[in-house]
Amino acid sequence: MLSLLMILLPLVGMLLIRMVSDKKSAARVALLLSFLPLAATIWHATMFDPNGGMQFVFDKWWVESMGISFKVGMDGLSLLMVLLTNVLVPIIIFSTFDRDIVDFKNFYSLIFLMQFALVGVFTSLDGFLFYIFWELALLPIWFICLLWGGADRIRITLKFFIYTLSGSLFMLVALIYLYLQTPLPHTFSLDSFYDLALTPSQQGWIFWGFFLAFAIKIPIFPLHTWQPDTYTNAPTQGTMLLSGIMLKMGLYGIIRWMVPVIPAGIAEWAWLAMGLSVVGIVYASAMAIAQKDFKRLIAYSSIAHVGLIAAGIFSMNMMGMQGAVFQMLSHGVNAVGLFFIADILIDRYGNREMKDMGGIAHVSSPFAITFTIILLGSVALPLTNGFVGEFMLLNGVFQYSGWLALFAGLTVIFGAVYMLRAYQRIMLGEAGEASKSFRALTSNEKILLYIIVALVIVNGVYPKPLLDIAGPSLSAILAKAGVVSM
Amino acid sequence: MTNLIWLIPILPLLGFLINGIGNKNVPRSVSGWIASLSVLGSFIISIGAFGTLMADPNVVIKADYFEWLSAGSFTLDFGFLVDRLSIVMLLVITGVGFLIHVYSIGYMHEEEDYARYFAYLNLFVFFMLLLVLGSSYVLMFVGWEGVGLCSYLLIGFWFKNNAYNDAAKKAFIMNRIGDLGFLLGMFLIFQTFGSLEYDTVFAGARQMTFDQPVLTAITLLLFVGAMGKSAQIPLYTWLPDAMAGPTPVSALIHAATMVTAGIYMVVRSNVLYVMAPFSSEIVAFVGLLTALMAGLIGLKQNDIKKVLAYSTVSQLGFMFVALGVGDYTTALFHVVTHAFFKALLFLCAGSVIHAMGGEQDIRKMGGLKKALPVTHLTFLIGTLAIAGAPPFAGFFSKDEILAGAWTHSYLIFGILAISAILTAVYMFRLYYLTFHGEFRGSKHQQEHLHESPISMTIPLMVLAVLSTVGGFLGMPEIFHMPHFLNNFLEPVTGWADLYAHGHASHTFEYTLIGSSMVLLIVIIYLVYNKYVKDAHVPKADHLVTGFQNVLANKFYVDEFYNTFITKPLNVLSSFSYNWIEKGFIDRIVNSFGYLTNGASGVLRLVQSGHIGLYIIAMVIAVILMFVFKMII
Amino acid sequence: MGSSILELVHINNYVMLAAILFAIGVMGVMFRRNTIIIFMCIELMLNAVNLLLVAFSTMHSDPGGQVMVFFIMAVAAAEVAVGLAILVMIYRNVKSVDIDILNKLKW
Repeated sequence: MLSLLMILLPLVGMLLIRMVSDKKSAARVALLLSFLPLAATIWHATMFDPNGGMQFVFDKWWVESMGISFKVGMDGLSLLMVLLTNVLVPIIIFSTFDRDIVDFKNFYSLIFLMQFALVGVFTSLDGFLFYIFWELALLPIWFICLLWGGADRIRITLKFFIYTLSGSLFMLVALIYLYLQTPLPHTFSLDSFYDLALTPSQQGWIFWGFFLAFAIKIPIFPLHTWQPDTYTNAPTQGTMLLSGIMLKMGLYGIIRWMVPVIPAGIAEWAWLAMGLSVVGIVYASAMAIAQKDFKRLIAYSSIAHVGLIAAGIFSMNMMGMQGAVFQMLSHGVNAVGLFFIADILIDRYGNREMKDMGGIAHVSSPFAITFTIILLGSVALPLTNGFVGEFMLLNGVFQYSGWLALFAGLTVIFGAVYMLRAYQRIMLGEAGEASKSFRALTSNEKILLYIIVALVIVNGVYPKPLLDIAGPSLSAILAKAGVVSM
Repeated sequence: MTNLIWLIPILPLLGFLINGIGNKNVPRSVSGWIASLSVLGSFIISIGAFGTLMADPNVVIKADYFEWLSAGSFTLDFGFLVDRLSIVMLLVITGVGFLIHVYSIGYMHEEEDYARYFAYLNLFVFFMLLLVLGSSYVLMFVGWEGVGLCSYLLIGFWFKNNAYNDAAKKAFIMNRIGDLGFLLGMFLIFQTFGSLEYDTVFAGARQMTFDQPVLTAITLLLFVGAMGKSAQIPLYTWLPDAMAGPTPVSALIHAATMVTAGIYMVVRSNVLYVMAPFSSEIVAFVGLLTALMAGLIGLKQNDIKKVLAYSTVSQLGFMFVALGVGDYTTALFHVVTHAFFKALLFLCAGSVIHAMGGEQDIRKMGGLKKALPVTHLTFLIGTLAIAGAPPFAGFFSKDEILAGAWTHSYLIFGILAISAILTAVYMFRLYYLTFHGEFRGSKHQQEHLHESPISMTIPLMVLAVLSTVGGFLGMPEIFHMPHFLNNFLEPVTGWADLYAHGHASHTFEYTLIGSSMVLLIVIIYLVYNKYVKDAHVPKADHLVTGFQNVLANKFYVDEFYNTFITKPLNVLSSFSYNWIEKGFIDRIVNSFGYLTNGASGVLRLVQSGHIGLYIIAMVIAVILMFVFKMII
Repeated sequence: MGSSILELVHINNYVMLAAILFAIGVMGVMFRRNTIIIFMCIELMLNAVNLLLVAFSTMHSDPGGQVMVFFIMAVAAAEVAVGLAILVMIYRNVKSVDIDILNKLKW
């Protein structure tokens, strides 16, 4: 019952925010409303028992005749993902404080709707419900990109929408297939999927159904081409939602719906999935090096990072899993931070070309310091959150194959190349005319950056609480897949 | 003292936080001293710990603070380990570090971003201490990357200059290439031994049989990390460029401490290296090549800091040769003495540059000994020490390295001896060109020549004393004095010593010492003749020809990397972006859309809009349905 | 009672009549150009079906068929109302009810 409340709270926000007509107070009210789900999540976290398996389960028949139930619950993995969502949404709303948002009521409503769908995805334990939330999440973000996006938004959002939607349909097929395999009366419940005795060839097919959907959403090379365009064209908040939370849906989906249900399918195809992920790491890094537009550069770096996460998951060992979950959280925080920095730059310069910038470090040292730290988190310097995840991920991949780890590890080098290059172009050197008149950070912008910096460092120095939450759940998932965690 | 170990890195961290967060709000007079005193505090605690360790060879201070990483049954504690190896490094880092901090107070006094400088410096010390203190490879790696970051920040300290920024970026990226090797080495260690804590790993390694492939792989991968950090071929080119940073930074990071991290790492892993003879050969080979090549390049450099930088690279090569032939203690001995005299030389160079108003070209110096008496004297001591003149520090450590090389292979010894001769040549060339002869700078510079303030000269004097007496830490056997360092480090390297080769004979020792002294005198005489008596001044860059030109251009290695790695990478990136990404992958994706559009463009013609046709089609369809039904 | 009517006129005749009416309707719809006539032909088809429904309802003594007829008549009336309204609008706009002109209903 409690968890249901938590899931529904964003909807309350969505309705209430429509009653506010003043723009300034709307942002504040939205922020306040976004604290409600966060508070509920923290409350859950305090009651959470890491070794207690699935908790806060709410299970009611939805369409009983078709075996569809409204079943939600959280284990450590879900809790962390929900926590990520509900921490980032207030940050994302906060990032609108000093920006002029047209048609703000709809904007905030859509963000709340998005939050609702995301939390739903991360908590649902019923295949059909999962699919509903999965698709529901697409709608608000599509509207956000379409209505508040940049110049070429119509073509790009259409591509984004159709691309991800068509991927999801394969997942629907896989889900229905699983459903039909369950003993009569058929049911979509995840628990019943665990009990299926599927032949390896069946699992192979189901693998592809799920994998296409998740790989497009993540995105994994070569299914990534919707992503840079969409990230670049979407409004900053949309990009934050996409990169910070939404692409974690795919990664989460792999862990929750693929690993325990079709281990043989993964065993059969992991080489390909990992190969693609690793190629994607190198390839996206190379793309990032070629970028002149900062936002696009982050978009490509994001592909490289999630490629590594996917590779870590498919390596199917505890090290890789732990690293993947932790890196999902870190990447969420870092991506939001970097895109906020991009937003500040766009706000000040009016465009995203790095060649027009330069020398900002002279003008605004708070900006330089926070940018540096977030950047270090992104290039995975030890004692930042990025390192913890990347270390464990690479280690996990290494346990699967040393050569793959060598190539995946190139991200260590390339990440430094493109990030430092971008930093140099934007922040260092002589300040040009445009940079000399760089408007100082507002106090709201500073607070937001400080929050992100704090998250980057605290999680890097003391990651244990988060790792402890995820650990037992991940061992349980791997145990279902027949992998005895070391 | 044991329970104060955590304060050693925390004090510099506090200094960093005060200077970093306070930034320009911290009064200038205070910030430098906060930074220096925090390092001094660490030094004092280290001395205390040294006392504890001194008392009993079996004592190891180990403290675990909290569990840092965990995955399944793998856990890694954030813990410190102070044994006899780390305490030596601790004393060097905090001691020399403190002196350089004090020196910086004078050197940087005109700098606008005073607090930021000291913040970075403190942060560096913090990470360096972490590197040395960590009780596992992962923590070493934390420090390892952290010092790389600080090196980046400090090389690019004057970030208005994009050339400096490029140098900083180059340093960071080259280090990262090495770091990847280090990471992979760690993963392999984890796979092999199931842990990354030193204790477990070394205990496991001792159980293994000699010369296993996996150990060779581990040690080679770790050595790649050392190549990056300690500037060995092929990853050395960042170090000369790193001279873009303020001179005290060059002294602290790029001479005394950070670049010796690779040596520390190998000494720490001596149990692994001694079991992997092939890797040791590689280490010796790379060290040898680096020592020779950097020495050759050093001959023809005209920037005072560049000469010192190449000499650092060369000396690091010496240390790796020592590691390669299994003389772990000797390598560490040279780390210590090198820290003294190279820090001294860099600080002297800083003092010279300070006096010359930023000029670094030795062709424009000369005759500075009158204007800078203290600097001159201390620089001479440093030069004698690095050249290996008795009884200065470098004499003992270099002698030991050469003796070790002799017992291992005559070829290694021969090349190393040539490198040692080169060292003496370019160092005295530097010394004479800078301090003797006529002043060759501008009138304006000559008027402003002055000895540096006391905060700068005192560190010089202290380091000069250390460079003089530092060698007594390890007296050769023939002097019948205890080799302090050997005995002190016995608990760390004792096991590796079991595999050690025999010692050089006493006759050889005498010959070596005698001949090196004669050679040194000859070299000094020749160099003196050329640069002081004949007042030879190196030619302008464009007039240099032949092999000298190759040397002056550093064997064109930078150009090689630029043409064959950096540029192709850039070209490949933009090529892939324009042709593979946009032209191929995205085109395939879009072609689904175009295909749909195209197909519907054809199919929609069927829908002509003529209602009559629609109706006829409908009727025919209904009839067909009936027919179909009847057939089935 | 119902069967008495069917004794006078055999069920086959009703079926035949309905089929003829329906065929006339189909032909009208297919080959006439005037929208109003097409409309009337559609009504004709509907009534053919109605006729069948009534006949078979009588034959099986099942009132359900007749209920269905009323239902169809009501729907048809509604449809005619809407349809004619549309036609009037079309006529006002294009001054014609010839379906050859009305070919905008595409793509």
